[in-house]
Amino acid sequence: MSNPQQLRYSKEHEWLSAAEDGVSTVGITEHAANALGDVVFVQLPEVGDSVSAGETCGELESTKSVSDLYSPVSGEVTEVNEDVVNDPSLVNSAPFEGGWLFKVRVTDEPGDLLSADEYTAFSAG
Amino acid sequence: MSSTGELRHTALDALHRSLGATMTDFAGWDMPLRYGSERDEHTAVRTKAGLFDLSHMGEITVTGPQAAALLDYALVGNIGGVKPGRARYTMICRADGGILDDLIVYRLGETEYMVVANASNAQVVLDALTERAAGFDAEVRDDRDAYALIAVQGPESPGILASLTDADLDGLKYYAGLPGTVAGVPALIARTGYTGEDGFELFVKPEHAVELWQALTKAGEGAGLVPCGLSCRDTLRLEAGMPLYGHELTTSLTPFDAGLGRVVKFEKEGDFVGRAALREAAENANHEPPRVLVGLIAEGRRVPRAGYAVVAEGKVIGEVTSGAPSPTLGKPIAMAYVDAMYSAPGTAGVGVDIRGSHEPYEVVALPFYKRQK
Repeated sequence: MSNPQQLRYSKEHEWLSAAEDGVSTVGITEHAANALGDVVFVQLPEVGDSVSAGETCGELESTKSVSDLYSPVSGEVTEVNEDVVNDPSLVNSAPFEGGWLFKVRVTDEPGDLLSADEYTAFSAG
Repeated sequence: MSSTGELRHTALDALHRSLGATMTDFAGWDMPLRYGSERDEHTAVRTKAGLFDLSHMGEITVTGPQAAALLDYALVGNIGGVKPGRARYTMICRADGGILDDLIVYRLGETEYMVVANASNAQVVLDALTERAAGFDAEVRDDRDAYALIAVQGPESPGILASLTDADLDGLKYYAGLPGTVAGVPALIARTGYTGEDGFELFVKPEHAVELWQALTKAGEGAGLVPCGLSCRDTLRLEAGMPLYGHELTTSLTPFDAGLGRVVKFEKEGDFVGRAALREAAENANHEPPRVLVGLIAEGRRVPRAGYAVVAEGKVIGEVTSGAPSPTLGKPIAMAYVDAMYSAPGTAGVGVDIRGSHEPYEVVALPFYKRQK
């Protein structure tokens, strides 16, 4: 699998897009989606919620387990992906595209986000 | 289940890896969890066919003039009454009635049986049978390494298997087994499974496993056969209402607690381990039923997991033993032990505590799914 170069990554296996007008998109990586197996339920934060970097802001359920969703940055949620709520399998089929989870107006980001190459090495380890 | 020791690998290990399987530690064995989407694998078994490596299961051979007498004493079922070529679902209990394991016993001949135990309990069952064999003219043999086990399950499985064997599959009933040849490989062909579908389990020598797997894969190509991992095996058995040891069955439960008292045969001749305690458990189950195993179907989409509390009227009335999103029903389902007064199908106001939030659930009779014959 290949992790898109233009994204940055958290060690909790979320990806973050470059900000446009201060707003970034968040999803989980293909590596994480494969590890979860078929995702059957996603609970996302609500528009207007404040999220904090490294803290839980939702959950993802697969056949075998439930996992917390962590926000890779701090900020205010501006949009959530209703398509993925209605069809959680998008997380598996298109984790970097149609399976995005929410958009956030970033107020602060941790210094330890990884580049694509760094994340590829991290997730292989 | 975590294990600190080296994982054991089946004869099909390299093949699983070449198929890109996600592997998991299951009872000390490195087993395929899934090859691709576990829901697609589940659906293939319900509608077409699936191929499973079940070589982790624990085979124990019991032979000798008193093999039947030993098994009648050691197990709760009427094993002497099983005809050669047939199989029986049964249990092995402790003297206090607690379930040590659930088993399938195949009678291979007049004086030869094969006992198939769960991987996690194979050593416990082997030890108990060996101990209980004292005084019987019978031999208990550890045959765990003597067999690989490959299952073909699903409505297309009879056709797929028939293309590879001359054995009389039409004459092979559910819970029967006969020796034969499949794809040129000697096999014990059993019509058993753990999926709620028609299907077969093929016990072969480990050195023949790869050859047989490949022949089945090829034979099933046009029929939609796919390799299947343990993840879908779990959702298949859950939909079919079949218990899993460590979840619905434990040493602290008797077969009567688990709603499976019918496997205990008091009418058989002679004593058997657990008889007195099980007699008492049977009477209690009649007039003062303990918690009852029921099915639960979610009204929402959050998935109940083993250990979650079942709640009603603000109090805990039971516990989930197995839960998963059901591919067939399209909703989360669970098996749970609940207080008898809440066990009737349709009981109102029952929920599951899913990480602090009480989600509404419908109480239903098991199984969730029954195939059309």
